[in-house]
Amino acid sequence: MTQEELNALTVAKSVDARGTACPGPLLEAKKAIGGVGANEVMEVLSADEGTKVDIPKWCTKQGHEFLGTIEENGYFKIYLRKK
Amino acid sequence: MSNTTEPTPAQLLEQLEALKQRVAQLESGRKDQLSIAVVSGDLDKVLAAFVISIAAAAMDTQVKLFFSFWSLAALRDARKKAKGKDFISKMFGMMLPKGTGQLKLSNMNMAGMGPMMIKHLMRKQNVMSLEQMLKEAAELGIEITVCEMSAGLMGFRKEEFIDYPNLRMAGAATFVAEAGESSMQLFI
Repeated sequence: MTQEELNALTVAKSVDARGTACPGPLLEAKKAIGGVGANEVMEVLSADEGTKVDIPKWCTKQGHEFLGTIEENGYFKIYLRKK
Repeated sequence: MSNTTEPTPAQLLEQLEALKQRVAQLESGRKDQLSIAVVSGDLDKVLAAFVISIAAAAMDTQVKLFFSFWSLAALRDARKKAKGKDFISKMFGMMLPKGTGQLKLSNMNMAGMGPMMIKHLMRKQNVMSLEQMLKEAAELGIEITVCEMSAGLMGFRKEEFIDYPNLRMAGAATFVAEAGESSMQLFI
C-alpha cells in the first residue's frame, strides 16, 4: 500500500505502544487484537524501530494481513488487517 | 478415447490416503511450542530468556521454561524464608542473590554498579523491568518448571519461590519430554 492509501484507511483500533520497548509493542498488539473485528484495520504506534520488522513477522504467524508502515517524526505507524 | 494422463478415481483415492497419512504424521510432530532451559542466573541472561519468551507468547506460541542451577536465584522471593535448613543450605541461601532484584551481570558487573546502570537505562528506554516481565509472563500463561534436583542441591524449598501461577517442581525428564514436542528449544 502507498503512504496515501495507508493514511486513508479506516482504523478500527489504534494501539499506542510508544511508551514501551521490545517486546512491549508486540505484547500490546496481541492484547489489542482481540477487540478488533475480522477484516478491520488496527494501527500500532511504536517508537521502537524493531517493531517495524517484528509486526510483519507477527502478522505472518498469526495470519493477519500486514498493510504497511508510515514513518512519523520519531515513531512509526504500523497498519494491519485482522483476518 | 479417454485421456491416459487423467488419474482414475482409484488413483485419486490412493493419493488422498497418502496425504491423510502425511498430515497425521505432521500433526503428531512438533508443536508450536518453545522450550528453554534457563541455567544462568545472570541478570542479562534471565532478561534474554524472558524477552524471547514474551515475544513467543505474544505470537501465541506455548512457552515452557525449565529453571535449573544458578537461575533458581532469580525465582526466590525476597520476602519469604524457609525454616529448618542445614548449615550448607543456609550458606548457599546467604551467598546467592535473593530474587530478581539482586541478580548480577555476566559482564561489567563492577560490584553492582553495572546492574544499576543497566536498570537505569532500561527505565529510560522504556524496557520492561524483569519484575514486570515476570508479571506479564504469568498473565500470558508461560509455564515455569523448577528443577527439583538443583533446588535440592542449593537447599531451596518450594515455599521460598515467588508466587507464580504456573510454577511447578519437576525433573530433567520433564524438560526432555516437553522439549521433544517443541518446535524450538533454547539453552540459556
